[in-house]
Amino acid sequence: MATRHSRSAARLMMAPAVILLMGWMLVPLTMTLYFSFKRYLPMRGDSLERGLDWVGFENYVRFITSSSFWPSVQATLLIVGGVLVITVILGVLLAILLDQPFWGQGVVRILVIAPFFVMPTVSALVWKNMMMDPVNGMFAHLWRFFGTQPVSWMSDASVQSIILIVSWQWLPFATLILLTAIQSLDSEQLEAAEMDGAPVLARFWFIVLPHLGRAITIVILIQTIFLLSIFAEIFVTTGGSFGTRTLTYLIFQRVVDSQNIGLGSAGGVYAIILANIIALFLMRIVGKNLDR
Amino acid sequence: MARAVSTRRKIITTAVAWAIGLVIFFPIFWTILTSFKTEAQAINNPPLFWGFDFTLENYAVVQERSDYMRFLWNSVIIAGGSTFLGILVAVPAAWSMAFVPSRRTKDILLWMLSTKMLPAVGVLYPISLIFVEFGLLDTRIGLTLVLMLINLPIIVWMLYTYFREIPIDILEAARMDGAGLRQEILYVLTPMAIPGIASTVLLNIILAWNEAFWTLNLTAASAPPLTAFIASYSSPEGLFYAKLSAASTMAIAPILILGWFSQKQLVRGLTFGAVK
Repeated sequence: MATRHSRSAARLMMAPAVILLMGWMLVPLTMTLYFSFKRYLPMRGDSLERGLDWVGFENYVRFITSSSFWPSVQATLLIVGGVLVITVILGVLLAILLDQPFWGQGVVRILVIAPFFVMPTVSALVWKNMMMDPVNGMFAHLWRFFGTQPVSWMSDASVQSIILIVSWQWLPFATLILLTAIQSLDSEQLEAAEMDGAPVLARFWFIVLPHLGRAITIVILIQTIFLLSIFAEIFVTTGGSFGTRTLTYLIFQRVVDSQNIGLGSAGGVYAIILANIIALFLMRIVGKNLDR
Repeated sequence: MARAVSTRRKIITTAVAWAIGLVIFFPIFWTILTSFKTEAQAINNPPLFWGFDFTLENYAVVQERSDYMRFLWNSVIIAGGSTFLGILVAVPAAWSMAFVPSRRTKDILLWMLSTKMLPAVGVLYPISLIFVEFGLLDTRIGLTLVLMLINLPIIVWMLYTYFREIPIDILEAARMDGAGLRQEILYVLTPMAIPGIASTVLLNIILAWNEAFWTLNLTAASAPPLTAFIASYSSPEGLFYAKLSAASTMAIAPILILGWFSQKQLVRGLTFGAVK
């Protein structure tokens, strides 16, 4: 029963948040769009004051046709895909495990969730040096213990290393969400199936997995959005070399290292479009939830 | 769960769960342990799990040589400040959307969410340009503003899902009794909204503390928070295991503790209320 008075008050209360976000979105976006159609190399004397040359879609074409574009798409797909597969599969298994009764549930839950709270630069450096260093890392000790040659992870298995680090960071997120979803599963249904003699695998496949469907979708969509823009993990480990230059990192290098703003902006527009396609799916699911 | 579980099965589950938990936690455990070793013992072969000389020297050296407290202070100001500002802007917005919903409320909420999806790297240059223009580059206030803006959609969403659970009947009863908007907010709503706001604050501090794109790209010498401070250890000359461990331990300890309190809110906040 909202009166007209409270309606206008409500609009007023919403205004700061809406205006701020509108500015935060529109201003930089317009600038990126503008730069993407311009030749803008500050190191070669292009400047905003003297005006920039309009180059049409040249930056867009050059970004896609450059030799580093397809490798970066490949690296992005490998890393995002690899992390998704690992975190979703292990997340489902871990969630089922943590849902079983056992001693010390609370403590184990804390141990499993902890990596999510470690800042990205710390987890990347700890993994790079303390775990994966070819001489002093824990893996090297393990490898030597079993009599094999230690691996130079960061150069010889760089993409796998990044996938491992990022999976470690995101496994808690997937586990936590899937565990929350599993706990809402009606246990009577499972018991009935068990009494009817359904084997464990069948119970998992026909009851647990369908129940988790929505949660898994949400995990995949949200993680994809965050994973597409992972930055610090690559910045402090390989710096984009050894095949770990993702689309995000390529754009970063174009803008910051080679100072080609026009080209970087065109890349940025591609990244924005890509993120929006995924976001559209996510929003549909989240939006449906709002109607209930 | 009322299901009876055999003791044998429970023992096996316990063993497997603990083994997995310890493996996942190991890098953090190892970092904390190494931070108490001397540099020589930190790279000992075989690795030392016990029998090393326990020392706090690394912590002292990290503080002394790199002025750790300054970075910590930057982190506290930026994470705390952006959360405070965000709450200030988001509470009225979420309140009005939860209690005076209109036809457009859903669209506005979804649109806010969509701003969160904007890839940061796509707007890196414009933001740096604006920062240079307004003298915000490498300042705490600049970073505070950016982190407030990137987390604002999550804050609004989280608050909205909490506020929506407050029974509307109570508000109507208060209105019938002649409570004005101000009284309504002050005496009826605030006490019921505090738990939701507290969880939102908690999650947002964690997110802001760990943010590692803007904090790395918009700071240089004077305003870098802990994320950027740790990144400086990636250069070879700065690499000492025990000191890296001590610095890392100090950087993650406050958030690990906060994080353990906020497990439940994490799910709700990061899935925008889609999973509770």
